[in-house]
Amino acid sequence: MKMKALVIRIIKQFINDKRTLAMILVAPMFILWLMSQVFHSDQYEPTIALVDIPEQVSSLLENQDAQFMDYTTQTADAMLTEGSIDAILTWTSTGPELILEGSDPSVNKSMLILFQNIASELSPASNSLQASITYLHGSEDMTAFDSFGPVLIGVFAFFFVFLTSGISFLRERTTGTLERLMATPVKRWELVIGYVIGFGIFSIIQAALIAWFSIQVLDMLMMGSIWLVLLVTLLLAMTALTLGTLLSAFANNEFQMVQFIPLVIVPQVFLSGLFNIESMSEWLQWLSILMPLSYGADALREIMVRGSGWNEIAVDVYVLSGFSVTIIIANIFTLKKYRKL
Amino acid sequence: MVEPCIQVQQLTKKFSKRTVLQNISLDIPHAKITGLLGPSGAGKTTLIKLIAGMDTPDRGKIHVLSTKMPSLNIVKRLGYMAQSDALYTELTAYDNLDFFAQLYGLKGKTKKQRINEVMELVDLTSDLRKKVSKYSGGMKRRLSLAIALVHQPEVLLLDEPTVGIDPVLRQSIWSELELLSKQGTTIIVTTHVMDEAEKCHQLAMLRDGEIIAFDTPNQLMKATEKSSIEDAFLYYGGAKA
Repeated sequence: MKMKALVIRIIKQFINDKRTLAMILVAPMFILWLMSQVFHSDQYEPTIALVDIPEQVSSLLENQDAQFMDYTTQTADAMLTEGSIDAILTWTSTGPELILEGSDPSVNKSMLILFQNIASELSPASNSLQASITYLHGSEDMTAFDSFGPVLIGVFAFFFVFLTSGISFLRERTTGTLERLMATPVKRWELVIGYVIGFGIFSIIQAALIAWFSIQVLDMLMMGSIWLVLLVTLLLAMTALTLGTLLSAFANNEFQMVQFIPLVIVPQVFLSGLFNIESMSEWLQWLSILMPLSYGADALREIMVRGSGWNEIAVDVYVLSGFSVTIIIANIFTLKKYRKL
Repeated sequence: MVEPCIQVQQLTKKFSKRTVLQNISLDIPHAKITGLLGPSGAGKTTLIKLIAGMDTPDRGKIHVLSTKMPSLNIVKRLGYMAQSDALYTELTAYDNLDFFAQLYGLKGKTKKQRINEVMELVDLTSDLRKKVSKYSGGMKRRLSLAIALVHQPEVLLLDEPTVGIDPVLRQSIWSELELLSKQGTTIIVTTHVMDEAEKCHQLAMLRDGEIIAFDTPNQLMKATEKSSIEDAFLYYGGAKA
């Protein structure tokens, strides 16, 4: 009953504060879209050097979205190293050979699609035309956005819920309403759980919106189950929500709450898998074990990129739930500052 | 002797090293308006919060309605109004009242009826559906009072309830408090406004965390041979210093 009152109050506050509502619902989608544009621009026209190409092939190339130039092997190699061209296509006796510059995954992808188009036009019936593909720098067989998009879903779900829940609980402290609540018969755990449910409702909407937008609108690579994505995003949001309310106890005003972003959010973003953790120094790897976001990001990547099912992400889910429960208990204890009972 | 409504025994409260309340003992009878009078920083708010069960004393005991505080069962029977208005400004007055009423277990028809009653009492009925952010300071104060009254508490703890309220409305609030106390509600009011102090049935004068006098306003004036509470208060304060 008391919890229900809390939940309804939180919903009403949200509905009356449209901007905050927009922040947790629209802002993540906007930023994801922006990132997808930055890392996914399809408009890029690659420049390809052609070496010893049969007449039959070069006539086909004229219909493709790319610039082609005929070079000798030596000049082409030099230009590829220099970075002024994106790939070299060579026709050897064994078949086509594609050398990609390789430093930009989005270029790589468009190049591979391009080559597939050519191949299917040359021999539509069979896949006999197999190119040997080599990379000058690294080898990435997907776009950057495909690979870190799942991490971004986690990051934004976490970030916006952390900020809104933290600030709204902080406001409850600074305006005296928290103290006032402590003069009512509401129990501390009822208060915390009420908050979790009230914000949880908006977190569910947010998780669903972000997942739908990323997969349907931004066309992010999605190999696994949407329900698992929703589950993990929601759990991440729960952790963010409980962490936000907990840390608000250590902030005296909104500005100090925002100061937690570089302390709490940024390190998690760095260590959650946007960058390769295995190449980092050992103490950083240990640090990432303590970070909820690295589990969420790992699970999301497993589901969306590798198409993994429940078994592969079960540990991540348990750890995230563990984080939430632990922080909820910590929250109930922190409220003792306001009332011992 | 009838057991007092609120019994404070040798109460001491410290915040880190500073002693805010020093060995306070106070018996507050039922159905009376008791004023806590004292300058800012005297410990009035701290004492109210301790009685409300929001904090625990370092030494000593508080019994409210024969139960040792803090106790959630007793909290249900208390009405509390904080010194600063603790309201959800993005919600309407009705939503605020509705929320707090539910925390005290009111529901359905009773809840609606009580909300209307208390809003009428503080003369805010026409602004019931207005957002609190649109309220003036005095209106917020009155809404806070309405919230403290909504569950018909047996004991009312009011921390400077009439700050920022105009004299006419203050008058009507005081006559309402008088009526409530006649009906059996025990009321504790903190104030540093002297003409309000005179309206209390009895006064506890607080200074530097100690009770320097506790009696009816008339007795206090008689004992100090002063003609006003203000002079009596100054007398006690000066005598101590």
